[in-house]
Amino acid sequence: MSCSRIIPGGLLLAGLLLWLPLAAATDAGSGIPASTADHGKFEVLQGPFESGPEVTRACLTCHTEAARQLHRTKHWTWEYQHPETGQVLGKKHEPNVFCGSILSNYPRCTSCHIGYGWEDASFDFSSEENVDCLACHDTTGTYSKFPTDAGHPLYADRMVKGKLVQAPDLAQVAQHVGMTSRETCGACHFSGGGHDGVKHGDLDSSLIEPDQALDVHMAADGLDFTCATCHTSDRHQVDGSRYRMTAKDGHGVDIPGRDDGRASCESCHGDRPHAADHDKLNDHTDRVACQTCHIPEFARGGIATKTFWDWSTATRLDENGKPITRLDEHGHAVYLSTKGDFRFGENVQPEYHWFNGTVKYTRFGDAIDPDQVVSVNDIEGSADDPDSRIWPFKVMRGRQPYDKVTNTLLVTHVFGKDDTALWTNFDWSRALGAGMAEAVAVGEVTQPFSGEYGFVDNRMFWPITHMVAPAGEALGCAECHSQDGRLANLEGVYIPGRDAFGILDTIGWIVVVLTLLGALAHGIARFLVKRKPREA
Amino acid sequence: MTKLYLYARFERFWHWTQAGLIIWLMITGFEIHGEYELLGFGRAVQIHTLLAWALMVLWVFAIFWHLTTGAFRHYLPSNPLPQCAKSLAEVARYYALGTFLGEKHPFRKSVEAKHNPLQRMAYLLFFATLVAPVIWVSGLAYLFYPQWQGQGPGWLSLGTVAIVHTAAAFGMLIFFIAHVYMATMGKTVFSLIRGMITGYEEVEH
Repeated sequence: MSCSRIIPGGLLLAGLLLWLPLAAATDAGSGIPASTADHGKFEVLQGPFESGPEVTRACLTCHTEAARQLHRTKHWTWEYQHPETGQVLGKKHEPNVFCGSILSNYPRCTSCHIGYGWEDASFDFSSEENVDCLACHDTTGTYSKFPTDAGHPLYADRMVKGKLVQAPDLAQVAQHVGMTSRETCGACHFSGGGHDGVKHGDLDSSLIEPDQALDVHMAADGLDFTCATCHTSDRHQVDGSRYRMTAKDGHGVDIPGRDDGRASCESCHGDRPHAADHDKLNDHTDRVACQTCHIPEFARGGIATKTFWDWSTATRLDENGKPITRLDEHGHAVYLSTKGDFRFGENVQPEYHWFNGTVKYTRFGDAIDPDQVVSVNDIEGSADDPDSRIWPFKVMRGRQPYDKVTNTLLVTHVFGKDDTALWTNFDWSRALGAGMAEAVAVGEVTQPFSGEYGFVDNRMFWPITHMVAPAGEALGCAECHSQDGRLANLEGVYIPGRDAFGILDTIGWIVVVLTLLGALAHGIARFLVKRKPREA
Repeated sequence: MTKLYLYARFERFWHWTQAGLIIWLMITGFEIHGEYELLGFGRAVQIHTLLAWALMVLWVFAIFWHLTTGAFRHYLPSNPLPQCAKSLAEVARYYALGTFLGEKHPFRKSVEAKHNPLQRMAYLLFFATLVAPVIWVSGLAYLFYPQWQGQGPGWLSLGTVAIVHTAAAFGMLIFFIAHVYMATMGKTVFSLIRGMITGYEEVEH
């Protein structure tokens, strides 16, 4: 075959491939895109573009207010002031049980920020051109932020661990922007904690094309919801918060004018969603979250989620002084010198707790009791609180470093090419010193690292709300209404079938048996006596 | 010996339907309480609820019937109190002793007085004080718990309702056992039961 015959065929194929993303957004038959604007026709988007911010400048020529809207969102600020607890939270501030904190680790962590170049605490949050439009609006699937480049994509092809990683064609991506998708949201939210499925347990890449059994709403052959179908947005403010969740949506079905966001089950299903012949189930909705019965397990899509992370074992090196990597039979790292011991889970049964939507954090300056399990985040709510319901959680457990003198959680400087980063130097003292120095510098804590560290048992609550199974696979009654059921340890409420009254039941059955025995004895006596001749 | 028509058609219908409902209410009720697994919790709840509604409807008819026919009088003490205690003691003595000595039952049934003093007292105390209000009130409170929770007094929780309902259920089971046994204490083991089916009972005069 000659080149002259391959090239036209190749061009045709390439052309078809390029057309694919557009075809998806095109109204079938008419040939006209669903959007009112074909971005491919805008002169300002023809490129070439040298950098992400350059693309943003082009976007802003038409979408003049977009960046200022973004600036007000958590996606940009990574900061959230909780109105009830008063705590200042958000990724920028809060500790977690995974890599600990973004403090001192900016370039790695901020690859998920919707901005460009958040390399250190001096990042300019008022910059409009540093908003990354493409992270959320790419439709080509070719745009990605490079994991260690502080939110920038690659601008030139780069060799990474022996593999060539291609830089995205920014002009091509810019000309094919559109609505957010499962892929764009998932790029960060599926890979929280550094890898697919690691953090949430109910969010991973299996949701990009799920079947009905995995997610009845997002099923590609069913309702085909995207994230934005429920997580609606106004002025780029996306509904749904894990700091202040709508644990109980009293509004019911959302009606325009009374709309308080659609990111709850009740927004579409109301609060008595079951058919009349299952009316008892409707009675449950005031105290039991929909998710509790309708998400029987998480991490169901074939992707494991991390369930345990023990930092205390990190920094062990082999006899040659080289870092160790141990994998399990599924290929998951169960030990890394950089990170310690891990456990993973698939098809994990959630744990159940009362939850009113408020999440409170143990922040870096807060005193902890190292003899107790530290709840890095704690969920509020109780059986006595009418705004609380029983919710399913992934409870992530592990051990993380704390200061033995100040009894506070510590920031670990994990990432960087400098000689204090844990992942480079395997020296806890220096890594903690550098991490805490940054925490002091940005005002997150007042006391620097004392030099004495230990490891404390920790846990973190992750509410489960995605991967909704089809109704037929929802939990049966006996899953909770039984003595060793899923709610065996839930306090504060009488659950028929689970709870009994020891003394009453014992006395009750004793009297029942005595009555039976009495009747039996009386009857036998009657029978025996009757056989004797009667006296007249 | 005389054959008396003691139990009217509705009375028999009411008695046996109630018996069946109560037996199944106990079977499903104790399953809901977690004593065993038979139908499955969900189905047990569904059936228990349906039976309860059926029994309530039956009771509405039964109360109407008792009031309109005057049959309720059979459940009231037959004599003034001092005599009542005496006749009660007589009947009790018969069951404890007399029956073994071949004595005759001290009470004579008639169309006007179908129940002996002990029966009257047992039915009155049991049905008027245990079944209604205890079982009904606690059962309805149990059923409608989602509608009133948080609105009642602080001490009134589902747990309180459940403990009362369970205690009443034990009372019902104990009554049931005693009642069935006593039903075998006629002239022959089945004579009283036959009477409750046909309506006719042979009575000595």
